[in-house]
Amino acid sequence: MTTYYTKEHEWIRVEGDNATVGITDFAQGQLGDIVFVEVPAAGTQVKKGGDAAVVESVKAASDIYAPVSGEVTEGNAALEADPSLINSDPEGEGWFFKLTLSDNHELSDLMSAEDYKSFCDSL
Amino acid sequence: MSDPLDKKLPLDSWHRAKGARMVSFADYAMPIQYEGILAEHLWTRASAGLFDVSHMGQMELHGTDLDAALETVLPADLSLLKGGRLRYSLLLNDEGGIIDDLMVTRRGDHFYLVVNGATKHGDIAHLRHKLPVGIKLDHLEDHALLALQGPKAVDVLSRLAPGVEALSFMTGAAFQIDGARAWISRSGYTGEDGFEISILARDAETVAESIAAQAEVKPIGLGARDSMRLEAGLPLYGHDLDEETTPIEADLGFAISKRRREEGGFPGDERIQRELKHGPIRRRVGLAVLGRQPVREGAMVVDVDGDEVGKVTSGGFSPCLEAPIAMAYVPTASAEPGTDIRLASRGKIFEAKVVAMPFVPHRYHRKGAAK
Repeated sequence: MTTYYTKEHEWIRVEGDNATVGITDFAQGQLGDIVFVEVPAAGTQVKKGGDAAVVESVKAASDIYAPVSGEVTEGNAALEADPSLINSDPEGEGWFFKLTLSDNHELSDLMSAEDYKSFCDSL
Repeated sequence: MSDPLDKKLPLDSWHRAKGARMVSFADYAMPIQYEGILAEHLWTRASAGLFDVSHMGQMELHGTDLDAALETVLPADLSLLKGGRLRYSLLLNDEGGIIDDLMVTRRGDHFYLVVNGATKHGDIAHLRHKLPVGIKLDHLEDHALLALQGPKAVDVLSRLAPGVEALSFMTGAAFQIDGARAWISRSGYTGEDGFEISILARDAETVAESIAAQAEVKPIGLGARDSMRLEAGLPLYGHDLDEETTPIEADLGFAISKRRREEGGFPGDERIQRELKHGPIRRRVGLAVLGRQPVREGAMVVDVDGDEVGKVTSGGFSPCLEAPIAMAYVPTASAEPGTDIRLASRGKIFEAKVVAMPFVPHRYHRKGAAK
């Protein structure tokens, strides 16, 4: 199991062809109190860099992009009832969706935990 | 993020030391939040919050025949404004559009005005141009402005500036706070009881620190200021009000005093008198949005055919109601509470209902009212 990161502050945890996607602690801190989230339903095809989810904080709306292409197998239903899970546990209970990867090669563009940390430090 | 070219508030380093996240607003670096908008919002509604609003424009107007001079630019009846009282008023252009909204206080032999930060330089130029030569306008650039808001604001401030508890809503007086001279009024922009405190910039840090040191008080950022004023149904200039919008459309008819409605003699009087008589074609209303997703400023109000008939000018998530709320301009025929309104935002249709504002009841300390 390996976790990768994007410059858009998403994490993607990969096990074989399956992956779980969410936003990082840095991202939730920047967004502030999250009051609404819309995650993709199972069966949705997402494309790397395309719209995948919507997050609304008290302040503003943000689009969440798919870090890789694939077919969504599950959206996190718990977020609908309690969107604040994204604030309290962004890289755990606050995951957004799971998907089956359509192209493993896309992972090579993503950052490691270490690279992501230096990326955040540079902001 | 704040811009390195932003001007600094007198309390800039104080905010940063308190952990504020700073953003650009009205050319200033300002605190958007400290611990988080939701927590700050709820804290202020339950206890007391300290806001730094020093970006706002404070000024004094001096001179002879001041009342008559000021009535040429404001639609207020200043003969009703006694010493130590303030009222909400508007700077209007000749078409009746709103140049800015403001607070005017009669303070002894002069008037004290507080205008919006983003518009203050334009307002000052406008006033200098419109007022007679004999009227002197002093921009109080060496002043800071704090607001202490919330149900416990009076407990806190009466400890530091005894006597403020005797003020009622929309009155003000001179006080000492920590040895500093302060003009304190019982007013604010949150819908709560509270005070606005005008002090010299050099005293700002001492005064802010002694207020913030009280157990009931937390510093509150601009984010919660915005969510609170939205719940209170109070319009924000540049968003809900602008030069294309009249006070009648904006549902601010109360700012046009009775005598002035009859007599006119203020900028835009013709259009405003006409709208008072026949009604405006659109009106600012409050909307309760169905579901949980907030609808933001810029969303369209659409009719059954999908044609745009209005616009959302403020919108967000109400922390107290735990539901999305908004302000919008809608056709007058759709402005009655209970009317269903359809909104389009981000490629989606939202259903909403017109509701009376404020969304959350005001809790002002009015004279004669039970506490």
